[in-house]
Amino acid sequence: MSLVERSHGIAMHRINAMVLRYWYLLVSSWPRMLELVYWPALQIITWGFLQNYISQNAGFFAQAGGTLIGAVILWDILFRGQLGFSISFLEEMWARNLGNLMMSPLKPIEFLISLMIMSLIRLAIGIVPMVILAMFFNFNLFAFGLPLIAFFCNLIFTSWSLGIFVSGLVLRYGLGAESFVWTLMFGLMPLACVYYPVSVLPAWLQYIAWALPPTYVFEGMRALLFDHTFRADLMLTALAINVVLFIVSFAIFLGLLNSARRAGSLISGGE
Amino acid sequence: MTIEDTKSGHAATVDRGASAAIDVAHLVKLYKTNRAVDDISFKIARGSITGLLGGNGAGKTTTIAMIMGLTLPTSGKVSVLGCAMPAQSAEVLGRMNFESPYVDMPMRLTVRQNLTVFGKLYAVSDLKGRIAQLAEELDLTDFLDRASGKLSAGQKTRVALAKALINAPELLLLDEPTASLDPDTADWIRRHIETYRRSNNATILLASHNMLEVERLCDRVIIMKKGRIEDDDSPEQILLRYNRTTLEDVFLDVARGRDWEQAP
Repeated sequence: MSLVERSHGIAMHRINAMVLRYWYLLVSSWPRMLELVYWPALQIITWGFLQNYISQNAGFFAQAGGTLIGAVILWDILFRGQLGFSISFLEEMWARNLGNLMMSPLKPIEFLISLMIMSLIRLAIGIVPMVILAMFFNFNLFAFGLPLIAFFCNLIFTSWSLGIFVSGLVLRYGLGAESFVWTLMFGLMPLACVYYPVSVLPAWLQYIAWALPPTYVFEGMRALLFDHTFRADLMLTALAINVVLFIVSFAIFLGLLNSARRAGSLISGGE
Repeated sequence: MTIEDTKSGHAATVDRGASAAIDVAHLVKLYKTNRAVDDISFKIARGSITGLLGGNGAGKTTTIAMIMGLTLPTSGKVSVLGCAMPAQSAEVLGRMNFESPYVDMPMRLTVRQNLTVFGKLYAVSDLKGRIAQLAEELDLTDFLDRASGKLSAGQKTRVALAKALINAPELLLLDEPTASLDPDTADWIRRHIETYRRSNNATILLASHNMLEVERLCDRVIIMKKGRIEDDDSPEQILLRYNRTTLEDVFLDVARGRDWEQAP
């Protein structure tokens, strides 16, 4: 008699198993937990004091208090979302566990969904203290109201797409490609116009900036803070680009997975 | 047709009539210009233990990786438990499992946590009961709640075997299961593999450098060299053909290029 229950399609029990695996890891290691909180907290304290100083000395920022801190928090959602996704993936490479997973009934889509869930959990652990700290600098993230949901969804979708892409690179090229996990998002930062409006960029660079979903979010945030208007058009455009980005990233991931299978690198992993 | 397997007094039956557990046809794996596996074909009967022998770089691990669907062949076909790999891997991965020195269990997780995660991945029913059963059979009880990274080499191997048996697989692929173990622990592991095959009528493919292990466990031996199959028969027939008393001597003959016609 078989001990195993058969299941077809996407199976929740396999996604649960992977989330459980990462949860066990997270709670067994206080440095991992501390790291989730430490950097976001440091960011908000540094930028909070800077904003206080600037707003006391410059009329522009006094008009739109919270622009800097808002940008820092939204940027961190984007950055931490991708990092939370990719680090969970890297844990498998570091643990040399990928062969066990790839040999199990776990499907790539289930693996990726579990990484997305972990990205949300890790993000929550880091962002909640950050949002509370921001209140000490007179910035209440929830004052954004409902637009915050649109900002968050668009940023987290982008972070997952990039997480899927860099995980595919690590899967195919081994830990030699690990540095992309830490640096790829920073390559996006100048073009996503986190701290300044798109109009600051040269005209030709603006086309590239508008191809990136986060640009719409940061422009939307500034519109909300400066003009007190919610730009739904920006959010919908960002969502449309995100859908394309997500599909392309997933296709690239599957392509890199097949390439890793052809190269025989799944069982060895390594450098 | 079934034949009674008499090696070591096994009661398991090797079913030659049923479709093969593993069917490999003209399998080739090229890494750039290196032919890691070079047009090999074999079938492995259900309920048998087959040893895959060969020196380093002979192509054993690549062959096993292609059987598991972890590596794509350049050409040729692999069928596992009647399913084409890797196209139908979703149908069959839950019915097989493996252990390899090339993969580890997550080190920070306890043994129980690791077995729970893999048990859930394989949708094992009554998982707590299954873990308790494996813990008793493989003598894991004393360190079930210890981090896997803090175990000795012998304990780690037993845990890896427990993971490989968590879903009571019909097909078990073992890549050097007793490498770097002391003789006592290695003997203990071999006994358990024998017991598992006997009680579950499972099919086992075993890659090993340990000739005594292969002689003791295997009904059949496939010897590989430079990606090709050099010989394929029962251990007894191979010893007769090479006029040797141990598979170790046969291995040296093959490794040093002496074929059975030149053997003493």
